[in-house]
Amino acid sequence: MELNKINEYTWEIPKTGDMKVPALIYTSARLLESIRRDMTLKQARNVACLRGIQRKSYVMPDAHQGYGFPIGGVAAFDMDEGVISPGGVGYDINCGVRLLRTDYTEKDIHEKRAQLLAEIFREVPAGVGKGGITRLSRNVLLEVCAKGAEWAVENGYGTREDLQRTEESGRMKGADPSHLSPRAVERGIPQLGTLGAGNHFLEIQKVSDIYDEQVSRVFGIQFVGQILVMIHCGSRGLGHQVASDYIRLMENKFGTRGLPDRELINAPIRSQLGQQYYKSMSAAVNFAFANRQMIAHWVRDVFAKIMGSSEGMNQVYDVCHNVAKFEKHRIDGKDKEVCIHRKGATRSFGPGREEIPEVYRSVGQPVIIPGSMGTASYILVGTSEAEELSFGSTAHGAGRVMSRHEALRRFRGEQIKQEMESRGIELKSTSWKGVAEEASQAYKDVDEVVNVSHKAGIGKLAAKVTPIGVMKG
Amino acid sequence: MEKYKFLRHTADAKFQAFGSTLEEAFINAALATASLMWDWEKIEKKIEHRIEAKGKDLKQLLNGFLEEIIYLLDSKMFLLSSLENLRIEKKGSLYVLRALFKGDKYSEKYEIYGDVKAITYNEMEIEQNAHFMVQVVVDV
Repeated sequence: MELNKINEYTWEIPKTGDMKVPALIYTSARLLESIRRDMTLKQARNVACLRGIQRKSYVMPDAHQGYGFPIGGVAAFDMDEGVISPGGVGYDINCGVRLLRTDYTEKDIHEKRAQLLAEIFREVPAGVGKGGITRLSRNVLLEVCAKGAEWAVENGYGTREDLQRTEESGRMKGADPSHLSPRAVERGIPQLGTLGAGNHFLEIQKVSDIYDEQVSRVFGIQFVGQILVMIHCGSRGLGHQVASDYIRLMENKFGTRGLPDRELINAPIRSQLGQQYYKSMSAAVNFAFANRQMIAHWVRDVFAKIMGSSEGMNQVYDVCHNVAKFEKHRIDGKDKEVCIHRKGATRSFGPGREEIPEVYRSVGQPVIIPGSMGTASYILVGTSEAEELSFGSTAHGAGRVMSRHEALRRFRGEQIKQEMESRGIELKSTSWKGVAEEASQAYKDVDEVVNVSHKAGIGKLAAKVTPIGVMKG
Repeated sequence: MEKYKFLRHTADAKFQAFGSTLEEAFINAALATASLMWDWEKIEKKIEHRIEAKGKDLKQLLNGFLEEIIYLLDSKMFLLSSLENLRIEKKGSLYVLRALFKGDKYSEKYEIYGDVKAITYNEMEIEQNAHFMVQVVVDV
């Protein structure tokens, strides 16, 4: 495929054929090698062909092949002419990351870290097929989907301050759970308050490097060795069902003819089906916010029990990785509302945006980028340039380079645990095979991903954290 | 003939399932899907679920059929071990599939090592040559 190199960290697929706009890829020469081998670029070009797309079809530094849209794809659509697509959000709606800070140092918890991890492993249900702590009624589940993390706080999980430090304040206002299918509700009921499996995890981390002291201080990250807790999970089966339901409904309504990929199925944003998908997707987003809110609460309980106190364990932020939203952006010199899809991408708003918490408005929002199992994760800060460069978006993680099957063939879970322990990292998991599938060698180098984000200007480095205790779902 | 095989795919899992009939290929696709989460050969056949899936074409039918496995796991904690009496019929413009799922409810004695989030249409193929082949990419 023809690619024009714009600068060290930006390549462009020029507008040809049915493309309505060019595609722009934020990457490095090395990362580009791996995405050239799969369908990422072709998928970015397919997205550029969709009705009403604005400016460009963007690809983030951690991108890899998805279905329909690439993972790491960002696209915004005109509200009247454009479309909304379940494949532009992904199956794990509001898969995201929450970060808690603590006042503890590495030294404080050193003796008790195994105990902390073991207790968190007991308190937070994880793995496939593990139910949540309570069997909810259908009505309560619908309330959760309407109110998101607010429901959780009202029911004793965490504080109102947590809500202020959550994207969308933990609640998508446009949610309407009455559009959820019975199956989505059925799958959601046993799974509220569960971590799930696959790439989802919970980590006790230490700050290992601070790149921007001023910004990090605003985020509550003050010193090297400071202990943090990161929670990575999503909307579980409920969100997956919403995606599957609406792909089918849209196919049956609009047909699949002319689509280069069946997963690009979409509906006009203002159509009845487009609106119903938006409202259902928002309900799934809220389920995921409530889910992370509950898990964060249990983590604080465990710290209180083992360490004697959970004081100072404030939330840094909670970000979505898979979502569609209505946002205002400057396009052709005018402020315009668009429907933005971020699939495997993090919002990266800079200073001044009213959507970000007041406490962060002077510096920009925290962007939390989890690495792969046992590797570093990063805290970045959103930038004003990102709004011009990528509709205020950046990477969301490391991104896979090796299939799970291949990883399973190459690695042994027991060996990975040993290797991690020799580096001072405790590991707890529900499955050895699951550990092998998530081997860090199966992922891109997260250091390179965040470096591209920093150099391209779509999200600037603030701090680096490394795990000392990993719970894998 | 082998039941199924996995192919290279960066992020998700991609497999081909085979059969001398379309029905057999669908059965083997279900076993391939289950194999991403648990060892179906080790699951006891204690519980039965009658399932029905519909599709306006064979791809939508295959998608809906495989989704049943995930739905039953999430909502009933059901682990599939085998399939019986799988029939595919065309009723008007709709394909209808009926089958009997046999398996067991999840308990500590079983290991679930993976999560299948959804069945996708990405690179989905249904081919008939000397035998039937279905190719599926699942989101894991």
